Amino acid sequence: MDARYCEAMPLSRRGLLGAGLSFFAWAHMPKIASAAGRRDPRFLTIILRGAMDGLSAVAPVADPDYAALREGMALTREGESAGLPLDGFFVLHPSMKTFARLYAEKKGLVIHAAATPYRERSHFDGQDVLETGLPGVGKVETGWLNRALLALPKGERLPQLGALGVGISTPLVLRGSAPVMGWAPQRLAETNDDLARRVLDLYTHRDPALARALKAGLTADDLARGGAAMAPGGGNPAMMARAATGAARLMMKEEGPRVAVLSFDGWDTHANQGGVRGRLADLLGGLDGAFAAVEREFGEAWKETAILVITEFGRTARINGTEGSDHGTATVAFLVGGAVRGGRILADWPGLKGPHLHEGRDLRATTDLRAVMKGVLAGHLGLSPAVLGETIFPGSGLVKPLPDLVV
Amino acid sequence: MARPERPFQIGIQRFGLGAGPASRDRLGPDIRAALLDEIRAERALIQGEGLPTTARGIQIVTQIEDRRRMERAARRQVAQQAPSAPAMGEVAPGAMASAGMPANPPAAMPDPEAIRLRDILHIDVKARIDHGLAAPAGFAERWVLFWSNHFCIALRRGQIMQGIAGPYEREAIRPHVFGRFADLLVAVETHPAMLHYLDQRQSIGPNSPAGQRRRRGLNENLAREILELHTLGVGGGYNQADVTAFARALTGWSITGFEENIDGYGAFVFAPNRHEPGPQQVLGRSYGQEGKEKGLAILRDLARHPSTARFLATKIARHFVADSPPPALVAALEAEFRKTDGDLAALARVLVTHPASLQPSPAKIRTPYEFLLASLRATGAPADRIPALANALNLMGQPLWNPPGPNGFPDDEASLVAPKAIKTRLEFALQFARPLGGRIDPRDLAEALFGEALSTETRQAIARAETRPQGLALLLMAPEFQRR
Repeated sequence: MDARYCEAMPLSRRGLLGAGLSFFAWAHMPKIASAAGRRDPRFLTIILRGAMDGLSAVAPVADPDYAALREGMALTREGESAGLPLDGFFVLHPSMKTFARLYAEKKGLVIHAAATPYRERSHFDGQDVLETGLPGVGKVETGWLNRALLALPKGERLPQLGALGVGISTPLVLRGSAPVMGWAPQRLAETNDDLARRVLDLYTHRDPALARALKAGLTADDLARGGAAMAPGGGNPAMMARAATGAARLMMKEEGPRVAVLSFDGWDTHANQGGVRGRLADLLGGLDGAFAAVEREFGEAWKETAILVITEFGRTARINGTEGSDHGTATVAFLVGGAVRGGRILADWPGLKGPHLHEGRDLRATTDLRAVMKGVLAGHLGLSPAVLGETIFPGSGLVKPLPDLVV
Repeated sequence: MARPERPFQIGIQRFGLGAGPASRDRLGPDIRAALLDEIRAERALIQGEGLPTTARGIQIVTQIEDRRRMERAARRQVAQQAPSAPAMGEVAPGAMASAGMPANPPAAMPDPEAIRLRDILHIDVKARIDHGLAAPAGFAERWVLFWSNHFCIALRRGQIMQGIAGPYEREAIRPHVFGRFADLLVAVETHPAMLHYLDQRQSIGPNSPAGQRRRRGLNENLAREILELHTLGVGGGYNQADVTAFARALTGWSITGFEENIDGYGAFVFAPNRHEPGPQQVLGRSYGQEGKEKGLAILRDLARHPSTARFLATKIARHFVADSPPPALVAALEAEFRKTDGDLAALARVLVTHPASLQPSPAKIRTPYEFLLASLRATGAPADRIPALANALNLMGQPLWNPPGPNGFPDDEASLVAPKAIKTRLEFALQFARPLGGRIDPRDLAEALFGEALSTETRQAIARAETRPQGLALLLMAPEFQRR
């Protein structure tokens, strides 16, 4: 089956290395000059599939109910479980050192207690709503980012260069009639420990013979890999930096795409989520590595870059019986890059006290994630509120784009 | 172990190649009628323009072998003429490449003829997969797969097999699977692929003119495997003397295109100068027929032998229904075989309608090939990357037309539900599901495929999957999909 993974390698290695890092001092040109082709913004969207736990990534340590809900998993301001300081109320997960630095440089922005309009708890449907930009689940085959590219003036360079979808198949957010290229790091297919765990779990309940065989097969595999037990979760932290590096190099080519989408799997941390260290810590570290990779590869182009990090929904406020968290509602989004007006946390904090939780269990959403996405598209790509409210996020006219997200 | 499944489920998975999302509507509620409807000779045939023949395959192989002989001779000559010079430098690179020299420059050059042979093989692989995908329920194809494995040949037996493995199945197996077993048996044992695979073309009667001239002699391989694997079965009542006598009766059975002074390629030929003269005693009966008729008469008697009826009835029930098959089903198949003198269509009808065939708990796991076909049928994924699909079968332990031995691929629980095998299925499922992306909603597909037979656990596992591709991979690995 390897052939399926090799085909999406549109540019030669030599082409990538030859891309060069030449630049001109146009980073601070006013947006109005974009029609003349002077600006050259880059926009990456990273989708965390599986529902990232916002309360672990950016922990509200000053909320009086936080520590009790999170028990041993809770981050603190100081001590062994200390997070990285953001403001007086929140700390950042200690795995995200690059983001912490960028936040201090005012290039990292956190939006907390945000969610799409979707209020059920299916990953598939939640990702559909996240990626189609619709108010709810519907049979739409195009994504908001593709429609955004179509809505840009035809003469502009950015939509002509098309978009890049990193992965084996085009993510829904990028599907549509605007041109999309695909690329995947070869080893993207290896991250299947999470699937293995799920299949093993199913077999354990339904088919003991298959369970025995699969368990033995996985153990043998682990021994061959060097003795470590099967990783408890999915995702592959090293893969995230690799995928981001590859995408960034393509985006640095003179004729390369300026818009890209990356999807990282493995965030469905129902069990053994971990605190300062552990499964989620590794994933957050991987995401942080992706930020670092893009910053490094982009060089001066970083100044005109915005990376938006979104996930389909959050996780329960209280940890569950297996030291994990279940499907929830609101969570965090990150916006990071040289073009971002960072060093801030945007949150209308709803509180974690029982009555304030959505359905008594989830962080309540006080920010519509579409306001974030619209704000980025308006500020970074210059799309008008009218277009954003009608064709890109249909039926979202009342959801105002968040202002001043990017420089 | 596994919970009871619904009749549609049992029918389409145990006897067919698996459902697609629209199969329930297309086949109607009576799955048994749909299976019976496929018991027709034309359903087993693959017909199409441009499919290679055995003659063409053997022709190509023979030409390659001839050219290699000539090139070897040319190299020897060069080496003798210029013993101090590196001989390789004297031969044109193109000639080297076409001769398929493995280690000499240009080392990376693949053998163009080998590519052509693989292409020929892949034309047949594609035709076979497409045929399986087009089948409404797939029973006729499953019946073909059973007999093709029963009468297996193997690619590993040399280059010639690349050219004739596909044609063999189309020419010798498919036309006869709903006919008489005796006709199937004769078609198989006289096909060049089998004569080559089981060494018959080298067998020479010791007292034949050729045997008197050369020191080579009898090869018992084909005779032994016919008795042990194709007809009576181990313990079917034969001894070594029967094997030897049968082997003597078969001497002279060979293939055109390999013999000196015989024109044409790829057909059965009887070479009288290799045939052991005189009558042969097999299973207490004397066969004194002339020429190839002697062997054919023995084959026809073996085809209607009671041990054959018993052996085949057991093997069919074991393959389709359970490793320990219901005795009532075995008895019914055996009785039908004897009653109809080996009418395979009648046998197929008994198989799909006998009450014991429809036992509600699946007791078998799909073979890798069945798993591949079922995955393609369920998802509608295009079967256009034949090398990738062939490679997937290799990795899952069922390389197409290349079983480890003449007893074919195993289909029992102990062989298939093995650690490495199941782990490899998991890897396949993920790789298969990924490119299909989010375009398939695995929840909808699971309902369409299994309906009420979908277990709560599997439904939940799919619904809780982190992504659609992961959910689809879970569906493909679910016991409902793996078991039949």
